Amino acid sequence: MRDPELHEPFHDLARQRETDRFGMWLFLASEIMLFGGIFAASIGLRVVHPRAYVAASQALHLWLGTANTAVLLTSSLLVALAVEAAKSGRPKRVAWLFIGAALLGLAFAAIKGTEYWLEYREGLMPGLSDAAIESGAQRLFMDLYFVSTGLHAVHLTIGVVLLLTLAARALADKLEGMTASNVALYWHLVDIVWIFLFPTLYLARPA
Amino acid sequence: MSATARLVVVWLALLVLLSSTVAATFLPLGHLRSGVAYGIAAAKAGLVLWYFMELRSEEGLTRLAGLAAFGWIAILFLMVAADYLARGWGF
Amino acid sequence: MRDPQPLSYLDAGHTLKSWFLTTDHKRIAILYLFGITFFFAVGAVAAALIRLDLLTPAPDLLTNEGYNRAFSLHGIVMVWFFLIPSIPNTFGNFLIPLMIGARDLAFPRLNLASWYIYMVAGLITLFVVISGGVDTGWTFYTPLSSVYANGHVVAALTAVLVSGFSSILTGINFIATIHKLRAPGMTWGRLPLFIWSHYATSLILVLATPVLAITLLLVAAERVLGLGIFDPRLGGDPILFQNLFWFYSHPAVYIMILPAIGVVSELVTASAHKRIFGYWFVAYCSLAIAGIGFLVWGHHMFVAGQSIYASAMFSFLSVAVAVPSAIKVYNWTATLYKGSISWDAPMLFACGFIGLFVAGGLTGLMLAMLAIDVHVTDTYFVVAHFHYIMVGGAVTAFFGALHFWWPKITGRLYPEAWGRVAAVLIFVGFNFTFFPQFMLGYEGMPRRYHVYPPEFQVLNVMSSLGASVLAVGYLLPLGYLIWSLFSGARAPANPWGATGLEWTTSSPPPPHNFVTQPIVTRPAYDYPPLSNEG
Repeated sequence: MRDPELHEPFHDLARQRETDRFGMWLFLASEIMLFGGIFAASIGLRVVHPRAYVAASQALHLWLGTANTAVLLTSSLLVALAVEAAKSGRPKRVAWLFIGAALLGLAFAAIKGTEYWLEYREGLMPGLSDAAIESGAQRLFMDLYFVSTGLHAVHLTIGVVLLLTLAARALADKLEGMTASNVALYWHLVDIVWIFLFPTLYLARPA
Repeated sequence: MSATARLVVVWLALLVLLSSTVAATFLPLGHLRSGVAYGIAAAKAGLVLWYFMELRSEEGLTRLAGLAAFGWIAILFLMVAADYLARGWGF
Repeated sequence: MRDPQPLSYLDAGHTLKSWFLTTDHKRIAILYLFGITFFFAVGAVAAALIRLDLLTPAPDLLTNEGYNRAFSLHGIVMVWFFLIPSIPNTFGNFLIPLMIGARDLAFPRLNLASWYIYMVAGLITLFVVISGGVDTGWTFYTPLSSVYANGHVVAALTAVLVSGFSSILTGINFIATIHKLRAPGMTWGRLPLFIWSHYATSLILVLATPVLAITLLLVAAERVLGLGIFDPRLGGDPILFQNLFWFYSHPAVYIMILPAIGVVSELVTASAHKRIFGYWFVAYCSLAIAGIGFLVWGHHMFVAGQSIYASAMFSFLSVAVAVPSAIKVYNWTATLYKGSISWDAPMLFACGFIGLFVAGGLTGLMLAMLAIDVHVTDTYFVVAHFHYIMVGGAVTAFFGALHFWWPKITGRLYPEAWGRVAAVLIFVGFNFTFFPQFMLGYEGMPRRYHVYPPEFQVLNVMSSLGASVLAVGYLLPLGYLIWSLFSGARAPANPWGATGLEWTTSSPPPPHNFVTQPIVTRPAYDYPPLSNEG
């Protein structure tokens, strides 16, 4: 692993490290507020149209969503293990763990794509193929579903690109521990957003 | 417990929580359903934050930065929900 | 033998590259200064069109659509491209490292990225302007913006969204810097109140701006994809948009005023040569304003259809948020009392601020009262209220800061007599422009209309004439400040005899701010006691 270098305006490495880490968490805080807006919209929808919301949730593919949740949780494990490997100075291990996590990220995207395809086929896509949408509230639910999972997918894609880029750097032994752990934090945030999206969208179904 | 083992145990716990939240969907919990679902989600997020994201070894200031956003977004949730709920109360 | 260190950050490189690829917070502050000055001019042209059209009750200058585009442009440009970046990104950028004794901000390259993102957003805005603008108002209310409006709405939404990212990165940079880069001995209790204000502002920047981003994204998605989240025809809720929009936009007004409040604390103490009265009150009140400011957004929606219980709660909290602001006014007044006051331009601007801020704040309290608000909502009363705070407050403080720190930033002294003239002209012009608007609004003239009953014409003409005086007041500094760059006297390190680490280094400062790292041992505002204090 590459050693960290002191750069302006810092006088010592420990302070620089603390600041880098703190800055990354501040950025994560802003991302939480970003997704919060969508969750607020879904809260509004659920309070105003409780029965339609629950019915709409039922039309989603619960088992695919569950599989996706498991996939992301596992990718988070791999990323966390990679950070441990970075701490013990094993760049090749870091690279392979990051590649594994990125592959799981791509698996997530594939499963999500399959769901989108099924929803299109089943007539649940507002605007493009919405024969099966029964109420205005269900249409709004599907709108929020596509917007929130779409925005999540954009963040996931950025994460996959970052993981693969860092894996390449790690293979060339040019990766710094701080960079690795900051990207890891970003990936875990993508996971946490999904952890909350999952019950919001998939688990509101009737018992 | 080594660091690796700890992370794997947390992962197993996360999978257990995932299974239980899906199972709970099929239970007749009535009004408690969303509370249970989000409670389990919060527990999962907490495990990810504390162990995977290493908040357990970060300084207090960093922990505050991470958790403050959740508190803040709660303001938006609570007041939007309160507005919608109160609309039907009449005057 | 090596060349001696350049003495001034302005001399450390004269190429374009040394400016456009700089990571020096001081140079980035100047890059921002150019940007915001340009956008102030664009917003002012829109204001001029508005005030010219309002000289007569008939719609004779602009068409209805044209008028809508004029006030929309004025609001969008002034809020996001002038007010929000004005003090934080020029004076905050320049002064925060200096005031805390650091060599730069925590993330210098991120700082440069913030500027580039701001400029990209600005270019998109220019595109929107040139292609005719939008008629949605700066508030982008749905379903007008998401379904019915003509014009490049999506481009306008994108421009604002992109500018938001610039804000978020600035906020992250400031918070990290203030926590982690204070010089030895610079405890929280010794920080200038300018820093406390900018810290509070940064909290809002980081926590509120992302909600704006997602809201505008949803509106754009609705417009492009026909989603329906905010469209009542499809079962959506336009009030949801307002809730999300104002959750950001009310804290945003505190982004615009808190830095100005920080500036005033510096101007008042330096002009009175006296320690601030009640340091911790002012410091904690900055945080309180930021915190409570997140809880009051519903006061923009009293007549929108939100529940009466929500309105009552928001009304109560809106009254509460006035308290910390009022406390600060008392603190400044008490600081001035028995001070040894220098009546230079910065002091005149600070006094102008205090008077106009109080007027704006009191009318804000009136608007917080549900019953009054129902009468004056969407009238010129509201317009006057927020211009008293934003222009009478924030812009005045911006000019005060510009004069006070001009010697530090440029190494030149501006001509003091002209500075005083500008301050007085701005104060007089401002009051003539906006006080009549309180009366117009109370008597029922709606905002965003350019057709009005003839009995309102006298007050409108007065307002427009006032605006021309105000314009002269704003143009004067452009003249004499630029003049001073070439022919002004060279400034010493501390022309005002003020406390603060920025005054201990040369004017202008060297590239890394201090020749040797400062070590702080004295409290803030450590002025010697005045002879009448015993």
